[in-house]
Amino acid sequence: MSHLRVDQIGVRFDTIEVLRQATLTVERAEVVALLGPSGSGKSTLLRVIAGILRPDSGSVWIGTDDITSLPAHQRGVGMVFQDNQLFPHMSTIDNVAYGLRAAGVGKAERHERGAAWLDRVGLAGFERRNVTELSGGEAKRVALARTLATEPSVVLLDEPLTGLDRELHDRLATQLAQLLAEHSITAVLVTHDPAEADVVASRSVRMNEIDE
Amino acid sequence: MRTRPIIASALAFGLIAAACASDSSNSADAPTASELPTTESAPPAADPTDSELTTDQPVEPFTTITLVTYDSFPQADTSINAALDAFTEQTSIGVELLVAGDTGTMLSKAALTVGNPEGDVMWGIDNTFLSRALNDGIFEQGVLFDPENVPAEFLALVPNGEALPVDFGDVCVNYDIGYFVENELDLPTSLQDLAAPAYRDLLVVQNPATSSPGLAFLLASIDEFGAEGWQAYWQQLKDNGVQVVDGWTDAYYGSFTWAGGGDRPLVVSYGSSPPAEVIFADPARDDAPTGVIESTCFRQIEFAGVLAGTDQPDEAAALVRFLGSEQFQAELALNLFVYPANSAVALPQEFDDFAVVPETSRTLDPDLIDENRSDWIDEWSTLVLG
Amino acid sequence: MNNGERAANRLPRRVVAALAVGPIAGLAVFYLWPFATLLVRAINSSALTHTLSRGATWDVAWFTLWQAVVSTVATMLVGLAPAYIVARFEFPGRQLLVGVLTAIFVLPTVVMGAAFLALLPDSLDRTVWAVIAAHVVFNLAVIVRTVGAFWEHLPIDMESAAATLGASRWRVFVDISFPLLRPSLSAAGAIIFLFTFTSFGVIRILGSAGTRTLEVEVWRRATQLGDIGGAAVLSVLQLGVLAVVVGWSTRAQRRHARAVELRPDQDRRQAKSKGERRFVASVAIGTAGLCIAPLAAMAIRSFRSSSGWSTAAWTTLGKAEVRPGIRLGLDPVEALANSIQNAAWATSFAVVLGAAASLAIAAAGRGGRLLDVGLMLPIGTSAVTIGFGMLITFDTPPVDWRGEWWLVPVGHALVALPFVVRSTVGVLRSVDPSLQDAAATLGASPTRAWCDVVVPFLWRPLAVGAALAAAISLGEFGATSFLSRSGSETLPIAIDELLGRTGTLLQAQGYALATILAVATVSLVAGASCFHDVAGLVHRRTGGQTVDR
Repeated sequence: MSHLRVDQIGVRFDTIEVLRQATLTVERAEVVALLGPSGSGKSTLLRVIAGILRPDSGSVWIGTDDITSLPAHQRGVGMVFQDNQLFPHMSTIDNVAYGLRAAGVGKAERHERGAAWLDRVGLAGFERRNVTELSGGEAKRVALARTLATEPSVVLLDEPLTGLDRELHDRLATQLAQLLAEHSITAVLVTHDPAEADVVASRSVRMNEIDE
Repeated sequence: MRTRPIIASALAFGLIAAACASDSSNSADAPTASELPTTESAPPAADPTDSELTTDQPVEPFTTITLVTYDSFPQADTSINAALDAFTEQTSIGVELLVAGDTGTMLSKAALTVGNPEGDVMWGIDNTFLSRALNDGIFEQGVLFDPENVPAEFLALVPNGEALPVDFGDVCVNYDIGYFVENELDLPTSLQDLAAPAYRDLLVVQNPATSSPGLAFLLASIDEFGAEGWQAYWQQLKDNGVQVVDGWTDAYYGSFTWAGGGDRPLVVSYGSSPPAEVIFADPARDDAPTGVIESTCFRQIEFAGVLAGTDQPDEAAALVRFLGSEQFQAELALNLFVYPANSAVALPQEFDDFAVVPETSRTLDPDLIDENRSDWIDEWSTLVLG
Repeated sequence: MNNGERAANRLPRRVVAALAVGPIAGLAVFYLWPFATLLVRAINSSALTHTLSRGATWDVAWFTLWQAVVSTVATMLVGLAPAYIVARFEFPGRQLLVGVLTAIFVLPTVVMGAAFLALLPDSLDRTVWAVIAAHVVFNLAVIVRTVGAFWEHLPIDMESAAATLGASRWRVFVDISFPLLRPSLSAAGAIIFLFTFTSFGVIRILGSAGTRTLEVEVWRRATQLGDIGGAAVLSVLQLGVLAVVVGWSTRAQRRHARAVELRPDQDRRQAKSKGERRFVASVAIGTAGLCIAPLAAMAIRSFRSSSGWSTAAWTTLGKAEVRPGIRLGLDPVEALANSIQNAAWATSFAVVLGAAASLAIAAAGRGGRLLDVGLMLPIGTSAVTIGFGMLITFDTPPVDWRGEWWLVPVGHALVALPFVVRSTVGVLRSVDPSLQDAAATLGASPTRAWCDVVVPFLWRPLAVGAALAAAISLGEFGATSFLSRSGSETLPIAIDELLGRTGTLLQAQGYALATILAVATVSLVAGASCFHDVAGLVHRRTGGQTVDR
């Protein structure tokens, strides 16, 4: 049985139909890349899965649970945004540990677990750093650590490596692929770069294939 | 330069406007006033106490002066106004009335505008506020009024003669007879009675800072309870629901049940208010609908004077003399419901019939008033107004 | 900016100086001199010790403080929900709601006082709670626009990110939105505190005789009790408290300032779920109702008489009579005429001086900043202080100007000037300097180039400034309470007088006048809005405080 299933999702903004009948299934520990030109609804679909956008029709399933009407914070779906969206008023460790805090984990424990994730993304020692002073690559990794720290059942990545320079991009792409594989993370990755999709994802689909 | 036309037109505009505005700076709209400046005083033949000069046509006033007074002074259509018109006929000096609120307010405005007054003559400063007026120098010094038939004790209040006593009366608590009869209440007979629970929420008084009857009533309570005891009395009044308004017209024609249609049958007013209610009753009646609590009465004497800094002192002095003359004083009783200071004036019959002149009206030593007035008002404000 | 400065400085110094002379002289004579006189009067007199040792002084100061704090907190609480929906949602009538809030904000204080007097039942009338309620509604616009604008630019995705991390709506607000909004909240809160601390018109009209803030006490002591020294001491005391609060809040804001990546134009979305739709609708309608109800009540009350409905108040506006023959000192229609006249003059003064000052500031670089700040000072001092200072300064020859027709308009112009300058300087500074370069290459002298290229940009902002100045002048109450003379009262003075009376007809006349004043003010500001975003101008922090609140 698939781990994540998106069934006939339809979304319209005013008169524009962004998604008509998008359908997608993702197996456990699979990393699927969504490809397509801008405006094809890739990010929209991610947001529907994350629960931050309500679809006009269709449903979203995780395992056997229909999560379509669940609010975002109860879905257990993590999302890494294209521009990171780190909380500027919190330190790096507080950012990473935020999901754990929301889940009610005690301070010592969540700091410990957060620090572990920082280490896994190669940012050991960055705990007290001001997030606004991080470099592009560092910020991306903090955003990733933050999402992964909550150990969500599905991780969504919205153009996570777009805008980085070539060298950093390639390095991070490999690290990302490793991380996802190591922890058997089920993920959907949105990108417009097929090469990046090949490195990180195990399967690529095009938007026009899943949404006629 | 483009900016030049802007500046030039602004200047031109400003000059024109300044010229226009200086016209209207001193008087309110005065359709009959011509603006011919006069540097001499009115012609000597203008002594108004002489036999009246009658003319066939109304005389165009040579100049106009402004008489500042309180808001219960009639603005038009009474014999007082006719008397002022007669003054204009006799002297060619037009009189413009400017109302400044109740006496306290009037005095405050005068005090803030000393030397650059809002008018030329002031009518209505009373003995409770007089010392402040004299100390602040609101009256012109050295003017001679030649008071006629004015009791010496009134004149003694103004040792330098810069103000003329013009009328007197008593400030007393009035009651609406009908209300008490309907509600089967006994009439209060003393100041202390007013604090009794039976009369809860029935009394309206004026703020002593802005109103002379208000101040007179406060002084009456000080006379009764002493400089240390009046505070407790007023606390009782406050607990008993006393209403405070700013001026006499508001209290009498606003809150008073008889004359104002309000909800307070006890009001601080004048000993001569009951006769007014008879004389102007419509339909006519021959008994007074209101009465006076005699033991609350406080003697009030009112004055008129030339305001310091006026640019027409001689005309102003002429008016003040007229205000003290028999011709004018004869109209006081039936219009302002006060007793004329000029003892040669005969009182109308109804006045004699219905006015209450208490045997002894309260007074306080003027020096005592002078020393303590502002502290007393201050303390009262904090106590009663909260 | 180098290019711009160089281009601007091309205006010959003597021209800049000539332009600056007028405003500087005006500021010095009509603001600095009275201010100094006030300080001297306060410090010099025995009144200093006497006033400061009176318990009543500290009671009044304490009351002023706590009612301002409560008003500020209440406004912030009430304003958060409208700020949220205006920031995040697109709904029919959104622009209208913002417009209504802004219209309320620019209303004269006496109108606001009158409106609440009309609305509230007698039991609540003239209590502290009435005053606080009026303050809240009055200042809602500050929260909604300041905080709303800031919220609008907070990335929605940040809130979404928090949601995906498991934070419920409430947690998102507490953990993410609120901390990020804090700088704007403190800025708005500081402004609201200043307004409510120096509240004068609302307290005078709506408060009972015993509800006294420092401003009202200054007025009362000076005009009713003749205690000029004491009033001066209270004035300075108030200024001291204000300075402390402003200093503290500025420091607090700097500490909390965060580098948040602000998105210039967020997409607001339509409310989707039923719950959302209900929330947006109820907040929008509730807020609009809160604003409109008092004004409607005020207009309605002008048609009431002791015997039911009538237009008597309107038809007898020409004379205010307590009873036949007994007239109030003032004539309502004349008061209206006086106000219009004052407004015309005040606007002229403000526009002429404001234009000169703006040109000088835009051209003068560093010196210009000094003039700019100087011209803002009257806003920081309350209107009561300005009027009081003028009254006690210009009372002896050769500067005995108390009776001059132009004193009141000058006072108004002083308060309105900063708005004219704010509106104009911004526009002037944004003029592309290469336009002047182009003119120069075509043979125009620097001054000529300036006149032909820059000055034409003046008209629009000056029009806006003029409308605002007129609105401010019409509604000015604080300074006018000191400078007004019998016979030349203004509309706000007349309204205060009439509403303080117990007669129904007189009160109805007061409401009628207040309605006229409200309509005039809103029309002026709405008209000006056609030219420029007036609301934004009014709310900008440096220009944040108006008149006689």
